[in-house]
Formats: sequence, C-alpha cells, structure tokens
Amino acid sequence: MTDLARIRNFSIVAHIDHGKSTLADRLIQLTGTVAERDMKAQMLDSMDIERERGITIKANTVRIEYPAKDGQTYILNLIDTPGHVDFAYEVSRSMRAVEGSLLVVDASQGVEAQTLANVYQAIDANHEIVPVLNKIDLPAAEPARVKEQIEDVIGIDASQALEISAKTGLGIPEVLEAIVTRLPAPKGDRDAPLKAMLVDSWYDSYLGVVVMIRIIDGVVRKGDMIKMMQTGARYGIDKLAVLKPQMVDIKELGPGEIGIFTASIKQVRDTRVGDTITHEKRPCAKALPGFKPSIPVVFCGLFPVDANDFDDLRDAIEKLQLNDASFTAEMETSAALGFGFRCGFLGLLHLEVIRDRLEREYDIDLITTAPSVVYHIHMKDGTMRELHNPADMPDLTYVERIEEPRIKATILVPDEYLGAVLKLCEDRRGIQMDLTYAGQRAMVVYDLPLNEVVFDFYDRLKSVTKGYASFDYQMQGYREDKLVKMSILVNDEPVDALSMMVHRDRADARGRAMCEKLKELIPRHMFKIPIQAAIGGKVIARETLSALRKDVTAKCYGGDATRKKKLLEKQKAGKKKMRQFGKVEIPQEAFINALKMDS
Amino acid sequence: MDERPGFGLYVHWPFCQSKCPYCDFNSHVSASVDHVAWREALASEIRRSAAETGSRVIDTIFFGGGTPSLMPPETVGAVIEAARSSWTASNDMEITLEANPTSVEAGRFQAYADAGVNRVSVGVQSLVEDDLRALGRLHSVEEARAAVATAQQIFPRVSFDLIYARQNQTLESWRNELAQALSMSSGHLSLYQLTIEPSTAFGDRFSKGSLRGLPDEDLGADMFDLTQDMTEAAGLPAYETSNHASLGHEARHNLIYWRSGEWVGVGPGAHGRLSLPEGRTATETHLAPLKWLAAVRDEGSGESLRIQLSPEDVREEAVLMGLRLGEGVSLDGLKNVKAINELTELGLIEVASDRVRLTRKGKPLLNAILRQLLT
Ligand SMILES: Nc1nc2c(ncn2[C@@H]2O[C@H](COP(=O)(O)OP(=O)(O)OP(=O)(O)O)[C@@H](O)[C@H]2O)c(=O)[nH]1
Ligand SMILES: C[S@@+](CC[C@H](N)C(=O)[O-])C[C@H]1O[C@@H](n2cnc3c(N)ncnc32)[C@H](O)[C@@H]1O
Ligand code: SF4
Ligand SMILES: [Mg+2]
Repeated sequence: MTDLARIRNFSIVAHIDHGKSTLADRLIQLTGTVAERDMKAQMLDSMDIERERGITIKANTVRIEYPAKDGQTYILNLIDTPGHVDFAYEVSRSMRAVEGSLLVVDASQGVEAQTLANVYQAIDANHEIVPVLNKIDLPAAEPARVKEQIEDVIGIDASQALEISAKTGLGIPEVLEAIVTRLPAPKGDRDAPLKAMLVDSWYDSYLGVVVMIRIIDGVVRKGDMIKMMQTGARYGIDKLAVLKPQMVDIKELGPGEIGIFTASIKQVRDTRVGDTITHEKRPCAKALPGFKPSIPVVFCGLFPVDANDFDDLRDAIEKLQLNDASFTAEMETSAALGFGFRCGFLGLLHLEVIRDRLEREYDIDLITTAPSVVYHIHMKDGTMRELHNPADMPDLTYVERIEEPRIKATILVPDEYLGAVLKLCEDRRGIQMDLTYAGQRAMVVYDLPLNEVVFDFYDRLKSVTKGYASFDYQMQGYREDKLVKMSILVNDEPVDALSMMVHRDRADARGRAMCEKLKELIPRHMFKIPIQAAIGGKVIARETLSALRKDVTAKCYGGDATRKKKLLEKQKAGKKKMRQFGKVEIPQEAFINALKMDS
Repeated sequence: MDERPGFGLYVHWPFCQSKCPYCDFNSHVSASVDHVAWREALASEIRRSAAETGSRVIDTIFFGGGTPSLMPPETVGAVIEAARSSWTASNDMEITLEANPTSVEAGRFQAYADAGVNRVSVGVQSLVEDDLRALGRLHSVEEARAAVATAQQIFPRVSFDLIYARQNQTLESWRNELAQALSMSSGHLSLYQLTIEPSTAFGDRFSKGSLRGLPDEDLGADMFDLTQDMTEAAGLPAYETSNHASLGHEARHNLIYWRSGEWVGVGPGAHGRLSLPEGRTATETHLAPLKWLAAVRDEGSGESLRIQLSPEDVREEAVLMGLRLGEGVSLDGLKNVKAINELTELGLIEVASDRVRLTRKGKPLLNAILRQLLT
C-alpha cells in the first residue's frame, strides 16, 4: 500500500492524433517501466484494429514509478484515452477514476474540437489540467500562437504550458515533474469500509472476466469477499494485480490506487462499469453515483453469416459489452437474415470497430445492415413509436408525422476551407447557428439532422478540408421533417436490410447514389440484375448490372485438379461472406458501404 | 471418342532456355544438367510407380515441361523403354512431347520419332513477330512455321499452341492470326487466352499496373466467341475449353485428366491420380528439380505428398475437370438440383441422357457455373 501523498492519477486527453499514446510511450520509457527492447510505438494500442488504423480505441491504464526531484518515489497511474469523437465515452469514464488531466495540444495544429470537448469534460470531473504543447519538433509548430489560442478559445491559463516533443523525448522529464508538483494527490480513508469504482472490465480467454477498479476508501486484498452494489453480485477475489502494462500481482490495493482483479465471475452481466465495489461483510454506506450512461445514436442489425453461429454471437456480444458499455444490443429477427441483434453505437466508427472486434476476437462472420438513427413516429392515435429499423416502418395511413434527431455540430476550420465546410453542411440539410473567428480559424456551429451526419460526414469533412477541420457534436432533440422510407429492390426483390429513411427532397439523389454504389458493390452474375430505389410503389432510381460474360480458366492439366480444388474451397469460404437475396448474392460489406456517399 | 478414361504416364522435364514472362509452370533455367542422373532418376521413378500400380495397360505417355524438346533423345528413349517394360503397352500408345519451335529443337524431331514419340505439341504461341518478343519467346514466326511443317512431315499427329487475348490484340488481328493457324493445322490446336498468373513477370507488372493493353472482359468474351465460330467452321471444334480437334485427333493423354482417369506423374512437381485398393489417391513430387533428384537418388522416391481422396473430393474433381469437355460429365456427380435447374433455365447448361454439358453460352462462364454447382 502506498502513501496517498505519493500517488498521482491522471488521464492523457487530446484531439485525435495529437500524440497522447506517443507521450504515454515516453513516460513508460523514461521511468523504465518497460525494458527498452520491449518498447514499440504507441505500445498501449495493443488491439489489432488500433494498430492498423493508428488510433486509440480503448482507454488504457499503466502504473509507473517515478523517482522525483524531491527524493521521493511516486506511483503514477496514467490513462491514455482515445481522441476520436465516437469514443468520447471512454474519456469521460476514465476521467472519473483520476484527479487530473494532461491536455495535449499539437503545437502545429492548435486547439481542435475534441480539445474543447475534453476540457469541458475535465472541468466537469473537477480535474486539475496541465496543458502540454506537443510536436514542437515540427517546423510548423507555433507554440506561442497555440498558447494564446488556449487562453482565448478555452479560457485556461497557458503560461505554464509545457513544450515537448513526444517523438524526440524533448521535455518529458518536465512532464513527469509537473505531474508530481501540479496535479493533486488522491484523497481517501484507509480505515473506512471498502469503496471502489468499477472503471473497466474485459474478457480474457485465460483469466475470464478481469475487472479494473479505482480504490476510493478502504483496502482490498486477495481472498476478500466483495459485493457489487448495483448488481448485488458477490465474489471472492482470486487475483489482484496492477498493470505495468502487463499484470503484476500485488498483495493489496489501498486508497488512490488503481488495479485489476479476477474473481471467477460467471455472469458477465454482473459486471457494470460505474458500479461500486465493497466488502460483503463490511459494506460502505453509500454507493458512488455511477457513470452517466451513454446514449447510442446509430443503430444497425448484426447477423451471423452462418445461422449456427447465433449463440456464439450472443456470447461474444456479452463479453464485448464488458469491455465497452457504450454499445447496446437487442435480439432481432429478419425474414432474409434470420436471428441477430439490433445494436446501438455512438457513431459509425464505433460501429465498424465493434463489428471488427466481434469478427476477429470471436471469429464470427457478420452481416451488417444499413445503419439508421432513431426516428420518432407519431401515430394518428396519439401514440409515439421509436423506429430503430426502417424495415419496421408502420403503414403510412396510420402515421401522423415523423420526427428525426438533430445535433448541434461544432466545427473548427482554417479560413480557407470554410466555404467547403459551409457547403457540406448546407448539402446535409444543416441550419447555421453561429460563426465566429479565433485567429485564422473559424468556428461554425450547425444544427444538422443526425441521419445526415452518421454515415460519412466525418470522412467527407476530412477530405474537403484536407484533414484540417475538427468536429464535435451534441444531441439536440427531435424535429419533424418530410421523411420517407426508401426501399431498395435488387432483381425486383426488396432487400429489407438496405431500406432507409430519407428526406423527401433528397430521396431522388440518394436513391440514384445508392443504386450506382450497389452496382459497383454487387459482383456481376450470370444474368443481368436491375437495381432500383423506390418510395412506396414508385421507382425513383434504377441501374442495371450487366451480366458476366467471361469467367473461365484457360488451361487446366493433370496437376491443376488440385489447384482448382483449392480455389473452390476458397470460393466456398467466400460464399459465406455473401448473402442470398432471391437469385442474387450480395457481399456483406455492401450493406454498409452502399451508404457511404461520395458527396 | 472412346470413353474409357485410360491410364497414362506424365513425365515432367523442368528445364527451359529462358523463362517466359507469363509462365507459371515448374520451369527453370539451368546452366548445366546432369543428363545421366536425370535419365536414371526418371526411370527409377517409373519402376517405383509400376510396383504399386501393378501390370496395367498403358495408353499414353506425355513429356511436358518446361521444355521437353531440350531432352536428349536417349533420355526420351530410356523413359519410353522403362514405361514399356513396367506396364503393358496398348496397341496404339499415344506418346506426346511438348516442343519449343527453335530450329535447334526441330533438328531433334527425327531422333524423338526414332525413340518412339508419335505426337508433338509445338509451342508456337503467336504468329505475330512483335508479339512473340512481347511474350519473351526465343523463336521467330518463321522458325515456328518451319518447326510445325517439319513436325508434320515426321510425326503422324501434330498440334500447336497459341496464346491469345494478348496485349494490344484486336478482334480483327486475332481473326487474321487464327485463320492462318487453321490453315497450318493438321487436326489439333490448343488456343489459350492469356492468363496473368501471380508471381510471374507479367503478374508482377500487372499488380503494379504497368501491364497495359490487356483486353477487357467484353473483348475477351468476343475473342472467345470468335474462336468457337472459326474453329467450328474449319472442322476443329472445341472438345475442351481451349482444345480443338477434328474427330479422332483429340489428345488422349489430356482426356485422361479431364475424364478423371488414372495417371502416374514422374519428374519434379508432377501430380498423379491412381485408383488403388485403399481408394483414389492423389500424389505429388518435390517441386524443386534438385531436391527431387536428390530425393529419388537418396531415398528412392521423389514423392512429397500422398492423399486419399474422399468420395466427395473425387466427385468434385470429376465435375471440375469434366465440365471442361464438350461431352460434359455424368449427372451422378451433381447433387445441387436447384443450381442445375437455374443454370438450365438461364440456358448455360443442358442435361441430356444423364450427362450435363455447357451450352455455347455457358462455355465462357465455366468458373461461375462451377461455383454455383459446387459451392
Ligand atoms: N513530429 C512529431 N510527431 C509526433 C509527436 N508525437 C506524436 N507524433 C505522431 O503523431 C501521430 C499520432 O500519434 P499518437 O500518439 O498515436 O496520437 P494519439 O493522440 O494517441 O491519437 P488517438 O489515440 O488516435 O487519438 C503518430 O504518427 C505519431 O508518431 C511529436 O512530438 N512530434
Ligand atoms: C507447359 S506450357 C509450355 C510448353 C513449352 N515449353 C512452350 O513454351 O512452348 C504449355 C502451354 O501452356 C500455354 N501457357 C503457358 N502459360 C500460359 C499463360 N500464362 N496463359 C495462357 N497460356 C499459357 C502455352 O501456350 C504453352 O505452350
Ligand atoms: S512457356 Fe514454355 S518455354 Fe516458356 S518458361 Fe514456360 S515452359 Fe519454359
Ligand atoms: Mg492514442
């Protein structure tokens, strides 16, 4: 157990790509937490998807020991957080477990939308904030200007901001000193009943359910009988450890400390982030307030390609929810796709990540249906229905009006790209609410339909501004509009999984774009395939995928029998990634890719 | 056509004078070849195989490559001799040798005939001079024509190969070239659309995007159609996807493959299929020439793989190979009734007297049809 005065807990927060994970690497490296030969870039980004995409998806905690200038050795628990807006829930959750934040700002980019969003969250969590200007090795770095921006735009004192390069290691010793001298030590009572916050949990194939906790009061030891206050579940602690970042067993954890335990937890459902953990025999009086639940904004159906995998999918979803409380899942059935789940996500990237993780970590092939937001359908009888799936759209004769969710989007963009951003927002049915300037940069606020944003707005924004714009949003409530259900017919058969809600004025363009996209995404068949978009019984767009003309292997001798067999096996596997609609096979990626618009 | 699939011997000669940029056959350029060692190794492999097949009637021998026309005629003779003494030779055994049409090789044709070869298949590839260069060939059009003519004087049966759907080839130029080929032909022609194989020089250029001027799917389909029309009109219809012959001139050896007969494969990377008491068996030998040679010498066998095929495997192979043939395959092997009905409705296959065949419309779609029938 460690003296509270020698503990510091903090999160590293920033806009995407400003260098949080690289800074974490340097802190781990300089304190010798990981042997030099085991270091690799962004070492906390351990998931395959994180490494492939070069972004952090999950917050990660590491315990490091730092001998400070005052002669004392401190225990530092750092949490590296993701920067992408879809994972903001990870950040807010992490912040609840610590007392301070390093606010990293890329000195060549300046303050961005997520910088702002993170500051608000940090203030909300009563954090001490230490601004850190990163990437000052870059020729384009302008630390003086960025400091001014921090003061003007965010309104916090930047005179003490540190100037560092997480890449070269410049200024890292100063970061460590600032953590010790400028961030507060945690508070807590060692003798009080145990009160610990369930910060995170995940499923490990060897250890089972692993639970990460932050101790507020009291002490926990291996063998203790504990209780989860919200779910009422009781367990005996089998293993207690800290992450360095690999697990290192520890005898006890006291106030202010962060660590993990395992307890042969059978029911994955028993573990909820934000829950309070206490001793069974001597419980604490009052539970912690818990985390604000996140509200999913994008929904889609996830179906196993192989119907026999349904139980595995259910199991995988439960396990993954342990690690990510921000996605929801409810069973659903579809005529064409069988049994599956309707899942809710915080954004499209979140959706893609969860789908990828289910496929990879649990080895299940999935079909993803067209993502949708939640519409409010007001019926003529005065009732209101939430529509999560366009396929469930009730008969229009009973519908009074349809409302869609709107967001308030904040976009920061250099002057020269402002025009492109305004056009994009107008194209997406946006209503401008505000436009202000901070130096060379404009801050625009738009009221936008969420439905126009979830699919590819972020990608489009990046491309029209060469990556220089940043974006954040908040839900704004519901508003009525002229919304209709558009169906897609492939070879004259409606494909439910592709139907979507659209604004009437945009339906024709959207329908044409969908048909064109599907024409690219569906491979040619041995017959020609009409692809149509329709509203009610009226066709609004049509494309024809022409028939395949030639697919034949020219030479095939004795030795090629084996080769052809192998090819056939591959094709059999490939066929599993296809879905049959009537006589047409549609590749599973088509369901989501068809929605990505080029304009 | 006699429909007994038969029993044949495939002999692989893995050496070439240079490596053609499109070729993914097991072929290697080697500064020197120990011909005595190779002769003995091939003969030893034949004896090893004969020990397990027992005394059968052997119908065909095929020397393939690589470039078998680089083999010393004595080696060809020794292999034929080993086969004749290991199995019972059928009365009219077909003995084919693949030949490249350089003048040096044509000069050896008589010696091959003396050794027992009675059919050659000449790799002409193109009758357009510049295209031969682009295909990396070492011979000229004139040499190729001369080699075919020489062969036709010496051997009772001669075939030659052309590769079409080449870079920058037009439908008209192919019409012209094919007409010339048909006038040169004496009963058998192999007409292959150029396939871009991975890990060949063309394959590398293709994946880098620097292999330009290849025909698109439509032009490829038009060329295939034209090929069917012209060869049919000339009395050399396709009896297999890419092989054309007048009645009775079909390559009996290759028919063994397509009809799922039995064959022994000797030489590096050769495959075999045998019906043995334990079931239908697939064999393979070491691919690398020197590894194969050492294995034969030191371990008494060049075999690297042997698997028992399941009834399902046998059935699938029979369809994969057999649908290439004009005669089609027996309906027995096909269980997917729904696919058969759909494909019949689309006019891509036809079912008659318990056999399934591709229609003219189905021929260029063989792979897609197989996918539907078998996956
Ligand atoms: N030149 C320079 N590049 C840096 C520096 N720090 C980070 N980078 C680079 O910036 C990119 C993003 O760094 P990360 O550490 O992954 O950023 P992040 O903030 O963790 O990103 P997310 O987790 O996705 O939000 C990488 O290519 C890093 O190599 C720096 O000090 N100088
Ligand atoms: C074993 S190969 C070559 C035999 C001989 N060495 C020669 O080159 O003439 C048999 C035939 O396959 C054909 N062939 C080889 N590679 C090909 C490819 N990539 N695409 C189409 N046909 C090919 C050629 O017509 C060749 O003559
Ligand atoms: S095409 Fe013939 S000559 Fe050319 S490398 Fe292949 S086997 Fe050898
Ligand atoms: Mg990161």
